Amino acid sequence: MGGELGQLYQRRKDSIMKPKSLILHANGINRDLEAANALEEAGADADIVHINQLRSGDAKWEDYQILCIPGGFSYADALGGGKLMALEMNVFFSDQVREFVESGKPVIGICNGFQALVKAGILPDLPALRPAAAERKKPAAKGKAKIKTAPKVKASPNSGRATLTFNESGRFECRWIYLKPVSQKCVWTRDLEDLVYCPVAHGEGRFLLGVPQELKALEAQDQLALAYVFPDGASANGTYPDNPNGSFADIAGICNGKGNVLGLMPHPEDHIYEWQHPRFGRGERGQQGLEIFLNGVDYALGM
Amino acid sequence: MKTEALLPVHTLVVRSTLGSDPIAEGMLADARAIGLLSVRKIERELLYFLEGALSAEDHEKLCAGLLTDPLTQIGAWRGKAAKPPAGAFVIEVALRPGVTDPVAMEIVRCAQLLGVEGLRRAATGTRYIVRGTLTPAQRNTLARKLLANDVIQRYAIGAIQPVFPHPAESSGEVEILPIRSLDDKGLAKLSIARLAALDLDEMRAIQEYFREENRDPTDVEFEMIAQTWSEHCGHKTFKAEIELEGSGEKIEGLLDTYIRAATKRVGARWVRSAFVDNAGIIDFDNTHEVSFKVETHNHPSAIEPFGGANTGTGGVIRDVLGVSAKPIAATDILCFGPQNADPAKIPAGVLHPRRIRSGVVAGIQDYGNKIGIPTVNGAIWYDPAFTANPLVYCGCVGIAPKGKHQRNPKSGDHIILLGGRTGRDGLRGATFSSMTMDAKTGEVSGASVQIGDPITEKGLIEVLIRARNHGLYHAVTDCGAGGLSSAVGEMGLALGVDVELREVQLKYAGLAPWEIWLSEAQERMVLAVPAEKIADLEKICAVFDVSITDIGRFTNDGHMRVRYNSKPVLDLANEFLDEGQPCRHLQARLPRPEVVKKQRALPAKAVDCQEVLLKLLAHPNIASKSDVIRVYDHEVQGGTTVKPLVGVENDGPSDGCVLVPIGTPGPRAISLSNGFNPEIGKADPYRMAVSVIDEAVRNAVAVGADPEHIGLLDNFCWGDPLRPETLGSLVAACRGCYDAAVAYGLPFISGKDSLNNEYLGPDGKQHAIPPSLLISAVGIVEDVDRTTTMDLKVEGSTIYLLGDTKDEMAGSHFRLVTGGAVDGEVAPSLPEYAPALYKSLHKAMTKGLVLSCHDLSEGGLAVSAAEMCLAGRLGMTLTLDAGDSVTDLFSESNGRLLVEVHPSQVLAFEGEFLGGTARYVRRIGTTTAARWLNVSTPDDRLISLPVDVLVEAWMGDKQ
Repeated sequence: MGGELGQLYQRRKDSIMKPKSLILHANGINRDLEAANALEEAGADADIVHINQLRSGDAKWEDYQILCIPGGFSYADALGGGKLMALEMNVFFSDQVREFVESGKPVIGICNGFQALVKAGILPDLPALRPAAAERKKPAAKGKAKIKTAPKVKASPNSGRATLTFNESGRFECRWIYLKPVSQKCVWTRDLEDLVYCPVAHGEGRFLLGVPQELKALEAQDQLALAYVFPDGASANGTYPDNPNGSFADIAGICNGKGNVLGLMPHPEDHIYEWQHPRFGRGERGQQGLEIFLNGVDYALGM
Repeated sequence: MKTEALLPVHTLVVRSTLGSDPIAEGMLADARAIGLLSVRKIERELLYFLEGALSAEDHEKLCAGLLTDPLTQIGAWRGKAAKPPAGAFVIEVALRPGVTDPVAMEIVRCAQLLGVEGLRRAATGTRYIVRGTLTPAQRNTLARKLLANDVIQRYAIGAIQPVFPHPAESSGEVEILPIRSLDDKGLAKLSIARLAALDLDEMRAIQEYFREENRDPTDVEFEMIAQTWSEHCGHKTFKAEIELEGSGEKIEGLLDTYIRAATKRVGARWVRSAFVDNAGIIDFDNTHEVSFKVETHNHPSAIEPFGGANTGTGGVIRDVLGVSAKPIAATDILCFGPQNADPAKIPAGVLHPRRIRSGVVAGIQDYGNKIGIPTVNGAIWYDPAFTANPLVYCGCVGIAPKGKHQRNPKSGDHIILLGGRTGRDGLRGATFSSMTMDAKTGEVSGASVQIGDPITEKGLIEVLIRARNHGLYHAVTDCGAGGLSSAVGEMGLALGVDVELREVQLKYAGLAPWEIWLSEAQERMVLAVPAEKIADLEKICAVFDVSITDIGRFTNDGHMRVRYNSKPVLDLANEFLDEGQPCRHLQARLPRPEVVKKQRALPAKAVDCQEVLLKLLAHPNIASKSDVIRVYDHEVQGGTTVKPLVGVENDGPSDGCVLVPIGTPGPRAISLSNGFNPEIGKADPYRMAVSVIDEAVRNAVAVGADPEHIGLLDNFCWGDPLRPETLGSLVAACRGCYDAAVAYGLPFISGKDSLNNEYLGPDGKQHAIPPSLLISAVGIVEDVDRTTTMDLKVEGSTIYLLGDTKDEMAGSHFRLVTGGAVDGEVAPSLPEYAPALYKSLHKAMTKGLVLSCHDLSEGGLAVSAAEMCLAGRLGMTLTLDAGDSVTDLFSESNGRLLVEVHPSQVLAFEGEFLGGTARYVRRIGTTTAARWLNVSTPDDRLISLPVDVLVEAWMGDKQ
């Protein structure tokens, strides 16, 4: 790693100012160690804290400057990826999470963590619906007329406006893909110059919006953080396997309106070291995953 | 038991609104593949059965807040008279009673979080809406062969009635088996009636023991003896005295004579533990050690592929936990029948190979991905002989700081059971796996199979690693085959134990004490914990929601004592359990000595080498496995550096995998590789053994491992050893193991045998698998910067062929694709020069002199060269000597690799091979920018194919 990034990396590693990051653990989360490692390499301190430790008061939200919800299969992905994690967060910690998010502290949800952020209604953080749009968002029910739509529950303005569902291929997939950093508002992706090369490993990563037109709002507010692209940076345009899951508009990651909360399906924490590159043996180098974490840690230090 | 008030059952039907459902589409294709051509469409809906007093408001909360995704699904509460849609019929599938339903458990827990108080119990199911004109018989076929597996699921044509879990209370019933009065016939009958798989000598030994004790055994005692003495746990064939027919030579145990003897003779100083612990252990560096274990789960995978492979993966992961190590990688070697087998010719009671394969792969995927262990190495082998008896080898690698593994329980330590609840799951799995299967096996042994719960096991990893770091236990072992009986029995062998079964938490009611003691319920570990550490352990368990139960104490009176509700149900002398089993005396007939006939050299002109190469590349044993590799997460933990797929497009077949274990500082890494070839086993089991050892080692060397620091694992899958010729082939393979291990100076560190891999067909014929020896290798790579991959790197470099090519076509894939064996041919032999050659090659690699390196195995030189081209998307031009071109191109002789060297470094490279090994290093060609593989002799052009054509043949429609 050379140039500016290398200097930043060295500065961070040597720094005694280390923001504390909370790596949120729950039963079935399994990329917690990598996430902690990535944040530490980027100059943060990282504590892996089980949600039970927060419930019991053994650990406290307010002690942390960065929140990371890592990948895995929280609660076995029962009833949908991230769904029960989102429920736990909303039932036990809705105030604390809201405070974290609204105070502008950096938050990153990776894979299962992204699913949890979306299903908890924290992302995509679209502006409040106008009544007409609210009517449109009701999905058109296909299939037999006999099935009646379940009665509506009163939900937060954000819930149900986007989701991450089963890959279009119908199967779990592990492969390396290219991401284009788009958002300059997102504290994790702004100023990144290179494509980010890192693996996806998921079965439920297909990002969908309830109302496709709301893409404009996400674009307008610079909330499209990362997009699946071809190796040359051109839009994947839904092409498998460059867009590995059939995500709408090639969306791999989005941020909230403020730009401090990033959710993404791919795993930048798995491309921190040179030797993790699949073509390391061919002399190719990347480590762009580390750049995302350096960005987030830098922002936390500036707060 | 208290009677429960009857509560209404509410059924929610959830349907996708996304239009297409690839899983349902896959089922449609499968339905056609099994001959149900009139099925036009299959749709899938999810069923949630909720028992309780639920209001309309509760319905709302549950449907929108928990059970559906509002963007992609729509839910409807089913009325009493749910009719199938017009023009279709409905098949509904639900789990059998006692099969764990984790989703249902989450629903009950989360309903509370949502404020729904009235929900008492839940169950899940699937609803299939099928269109097409099918007779009632065909509907049942569709349900049985595709939509439901009878072993774990029930189905109904129409609406199914759910079954809910019941409160758990043991029956407490203990039976006394009057063994003292039985004659030989009665003894044999008892063994069969209780599925004990004990022979007459063993039954007599049991009878003798209880005659001396002056009482008859309880069922708990009898079952524990049967389990302890089973092939699976006792390895009686590998310990048996074997007499060779003809010579009369006696072998005092295959394990001691060959396998352990090789390890002893090699005397590698870096072996930490071989054949003693749950897994073999070698040094990683000064601070860490690496453990490795491979198990088989063949019979369970035959009758319930998903559950069998799922729990096979979970089981071997626990083996690694059992040596206090953190699991860091999984491996899987799988054998199936042909995927295009005619459904009409599949024997009764056997699942179609297509279904076995998809179930097994899904089972490994589910467990490995969810628990967060990368699945990084493996192989898939197809042969009609594996149709009724597939093989599923599951391996796991672990890393641990040195000196932390405790293995000596102390008298007074508490026996602590961690993890899942105990059910009837897997009962008699140890004995079941030691028996021949037949059409009824699925029915009779249904309880042997279960579905795993990787999330619970992930909790065990979290707890055990912390408990190890804090020194909270004196010993640890997993509950595998034989359940508590085996785990507690083995741990307490030197001391004695006193166990109270009433303490064990159960999944459901009605278990008898023997069932609790023998249950093979998954995701459980047993620890020996001193009293003063229990509170600390409980604290860790509470954080990770891992259940912890104190079930007794280690004593020091040399007796196993088990009680139920304070009443003794088992009291056996350790000595009898350990040493009371009569040694088996078996007869073996060695395979007939090789007749080495002079081979008639096939004139290359008679063979279209180009066509053969394309056939070989498309052969399912050789073709790309990317469709399987990519459904496994091979990146989790972030340590994978040489990945299973390598090259320009990340799609070339790596020789092995290299990992930097998480938590170690680098640059040191480990390599994982394997050798496997039952095709050679059919021809010559001795040579198969030496071939697969060489293959595992040369694969390790190819990716950069030090050839002097590789630990080997042996896993034998064989037929019935009571047949002298079957046992003879096992003897021959063990001799091959010894000879090769000693020749390479590499030790065996762990192993396992799975015998009786046979299927008794309805035709009355016994179908045995071919001798199948898997050698797995774990090696040390000193510097992650000095790994090598198999993809060609640059144009204009020099290609070397290392090793000696011989006319050894028996068991070759050339013969498979061109039609049958040729009498008198020999299989690949032990290359005596290879150990020295590999050392020189490794030295060249550590000096950075090697651009790429690929081993020669199935398909020989031609396939290996083609794979290097397609992975690097570069061309290669090779010139071979005139002569026997078929042998040169397609022989599978051992000890050979192709190496790419930059032209500026050829002299330095060749300089590494001095003395005896120089003659095994030959320049045979160059790489080219033109993407063509050209192979010729001075007289002939043998192969000239564009790389794109090679890619297409090898990849098929995979991406």
